[in-house]
Amino acid sequence: MLPKHLRRLEAESIEIMRDVVAEFKRPVMLYSIGKDSSVMLHIAIKAFYPAKLPFPLLHVDTTWKFREMISFRDATAKRLGLDLIVHINKEGIARGINPIDSGSTLHTQVMKTDALKQALDLHGFDAAFGGARRDEEKSRAKERILSFRSAGHVWDPRNQRPELWSLFNTRIRQGETMRVFAMSNWTELDVWEYIMLEKIPVVPLYFAKQRPTVRRNGASIMIDDSRLQLNCDETPEMRMIRFRTLGCYPLSGAIESDAMAIEDIVAEMRTATVSERQGRLIDTDEAASMEKKKREGYF
Amino acid sequence: MFVKPTTEAVAARTKDQLRFITCGSVDDGKSTLIGRLLHDSKMIYHDQLTVLERDSIKHGSTGNDIDFALLVDGLEAEREQGITIDIAYRFFTTPRRSFMVADTPGHEQYTRNMATGASHAQLAIILIDARKGVMVQTRRHSFICSLLGIRHVVLAVNKIDLVAYNKECFDRIARDYLAFAAGLGFNSIVPIPISARYGDNVVDRSAHANWYHGPCLLEHLESIDIPSGTAGQAFRFPVQWVNRPNPDFRGYAGTVASGRISAGDEIVVAASGRTTRIKRIVTHDGDLVGAEAGDAVTITLEDEIDIGRGDILSRPDDRPKVADQFAAYVIWMDQEPLAPGRNYVLRIGSQTITGSITAIRHRIDVNTCEHLAAGMLSLNEIAFCDVATTMPAVFDPYDLNRKTGSFIFIDRYTNRTVGAGMIAFPLRRDTNIARQALSVDRRERAALKNQKPCVIWFTGLSGAGKTTIANLVDQRLCSMSRHTMLLDGDNLRGGLNADLGFSETDRVENIRRVGEVAKLMADSGLIVICSFISPSRAERDRVRGLVGKEEFIEVFVDTPIEECARRDPKGLYSKVKSGKIKDFTGIDSCYEAPTTPEIHLRTMEQTLEHSAEAVVDVLMARSIIDG
Repeated sequence: MLPKHLRRLEAESIEIMRDVVAEFKRPVMLYSIGKDSSVMLHIAIKAFYPAKLPFPLLHVDTTWKFREMISFRDATAKRLGLDLIVHINKEGIARGINPIDSGSTLHTQVMKTDALKQALDLHGFDAAFGGARRDEEKSRAKERILSFRSAGHVWDPRNQRPELWSLFNTRIRQGETMRVFAMSNWTELDVWEYIMLEKIPVVPLYFAKQRPTVRRNGASIMIDDSRLQLNCDETPEMRMIRFRTLGCYPLSGAIESDAMAIEDIVAEMRTATVSERQGRLIDTDEAASMEKKKREGYF
Repeated sequence: MFVKPTTEAVAARTKDQLRFITCGSVDDGKSTLIGRLLHDSKMIYHDQLTVLERDSIKHGSTGNDIDFALLVDGLEAEREQGITIDIAYRFFTTPRRSFMVADTPGHEQYTRNMATGASHAQLAIILIDARKGVMVQTRRHSFICSLLGIRHVVLAVNKIDLVAYNKECFDRIARDYLAFAAGLGFNSIVPIPISARYGDNVVDRSAHANWYHGPCLLEHLESIDIPSGTAGQAFRFPVQWVNRPNPDFRGYAGTVASGRISAGDEIVVAASGRTTRIKRIVTHDGDLVGAEAGDAVTITLEDEIDIGRGDILSRPDDRPKVADQFAAYVIWMDQEPLAPGRNYVLRIGSQTITGSITAIRHRIDVNTCEHLAAGMLSLNEIAFCDVATTMPAVFDPYDLNRKTGSFIFIDRYTNRTVGAGMIAFPLRRDTNIARQALSVDRRERAALKNQKPCVIWFTGLSGAGKTTIANLVDQRLCSMSRHTMLLDGDNLRGGLNADLGFSETDRVENIRRVGEVAKLMADSGLIVICSFISPSRAERDRVRGLVGKEEFIEVFVDTPIEECARRDPKGLYSKVKSGKIKDFTGIDSCYEAPTTPEIHLRTMEQTLEHSAEAVVDVLMARSIIDG
């Protein structure tokens, strides 16, 4: 049996998901393959059991995800019989956008934010579940659980609907959409404890292992394939590393760690001295950069 | 070296998450306190601290010290203005407990944010500046917390360093507050002297205020027991979603709002009164023997009875209220004021119902708790109101159940969340009145007159020809010996509605009264002919709902505005042109044309006489009158 605080969080997320499915015409779950997505998916399966998931999953593939993420994604979809949509921004590919030459900002804008908007419009989704949590980042801390997007997927942080009790305002007009953060009130530690207790499979990259890396801009970058061109002063080194957060591999900094089992990760979490987003190179431009991206439609 | 956490170690954290809010006036240091709690409980990571130090130099207001408020004030605009403009939710975990804190703004115009934060909280930290003592804002915050059902308060007397850690000062403030808060129904009030900026008594005991022997703030938050209480109450299960994966399974998904239930127990569907028994309590982890408050489950029943989203299951001997009128405290949250009589979408639990405020009993001054008369309700105002819904709603008083006693108002056109309500009690006036009215019913009255009563409602722009056509119809019906009455805007404004002007609120009230009068007349068996511009679709629909669909005939007198202005029978359009009249329908105030009127008269295409004839034809076709 789960401890009280996790049972409450789980029940709260289930309640949100059921409400959205009851009220929206065409919901979708954004599946990013990471630990939060794994938990969100696990909870969704619980919420609608014994029915199958009443919505598809959408993965916005930048084509720069770790190979282990993609194989985990496909294995998960197969194991659980999921309706998985994979969307790639073809226009971005044609223009040769990539995280190394284009820079993280442009790459994220084109291959993640724009791609997401394309996919939502293409399929006519009116509500999209995301696994973001309020403890991740300052501007997330102020976002609603049901976060309204005007036509064009624009977020206006100054004009959010008040959200009282668990009474969600699900009303939108044609062209408007809702982002739904069913795990808003979870913390990173809650997520790991829940994964441990519920024995939820996660991408092996979260566990420490000897992996080929280079040091770049102060971060340890894993060499996942031959597209990562090494500079002349860079030499690949095997390091005992793991990832606290997963994204495009050239933009994800690894941490040195010996945590090879889930219990080790939870223990490490409790004594961590840096935040989880520290490994994410896309946030570091300036403190308010996440808010800017979110206004433009980033998840 | 650390001990590996095991499954048992996580489970040993037996206390549930504590959700609390902080409230205080603008400069009382709320954000600083939360920043301090996070920092001193080691929840601030090195990289965040680095950003904080950088930001403190750029935006900070504490000189060379770290400005903890910047940790919490998330949005760019707030950092620049140095104020908190919205709610921020923060999380921290100690070995003993995990916490969620809502930081809510202290400005008066942000009452709605405070109420929002309070709706999620079990405990409130009310901050007081030790130099200033109990202020008007303190009273306001305490009142809102009490209204939203918070029963536990920490009185954090902050900036104690600025009064030289003076014990008398602290004692006086605590005394003042306890005296003031005596009537607010708090179960516990714990005063603590703190300095958020320097950390005294927040996480670590103050070295300066050694006269204080009570708990530090964090120690108190970690140890306070707040029984959720709801498991011991009456069983309530609002159905969220019907789970029908195949013809053999029909389950009702929802979260137990209060109480507990077991398989085999008898239940009743509150709205329909149908009873049956619980067959299974289904979860992904296997069937449960019983479920209690907070459990998200799927219930199957012994009998197939009609249940949908919005229904509430309870035990037959302890049912929720079912009523289409109730009294409630309402907090208004929108720039556009609440107009009594106007329809809003109400969300009550998982029910979505159309409803309106029929009367504002009194407004409450949040600073003095005084009761004031009010005709409307503006942003951040709180009032005790009568609410009417078009369908019976199922609910409990908010005092007994926060889950089934709360509701929100949604504007039907903008879809904004415009208000929040807490139900006090059901009103049963209509049932009492109905009992007396039964002796002679409306059908008998109509039969005496040898006709079917109805309300013919002419709507259209000023000068469209409504009253002219209405008069022709009236004459025609009189010549056929029908019993009629004609109600006209100008005539009613001279008497019954003489107290009303042309403000938004007054226009709504004007139509509401006309609707009620027309209904009474129809009840007495008359054919009631009404001629009103009535520009708001919502207001006309409300009259339609009041009178009943079968007896309401909406006649759209469709004349282009250019033609109305050319005719200008009352000289109003020329007055508008010369600026003597403002907010004139069709010019600078919107006219919402009917989308599906029963009769659509295009006066440019036929004479007024033909138009009147067309109306009479419809009355015959609908057997309201016979040839």
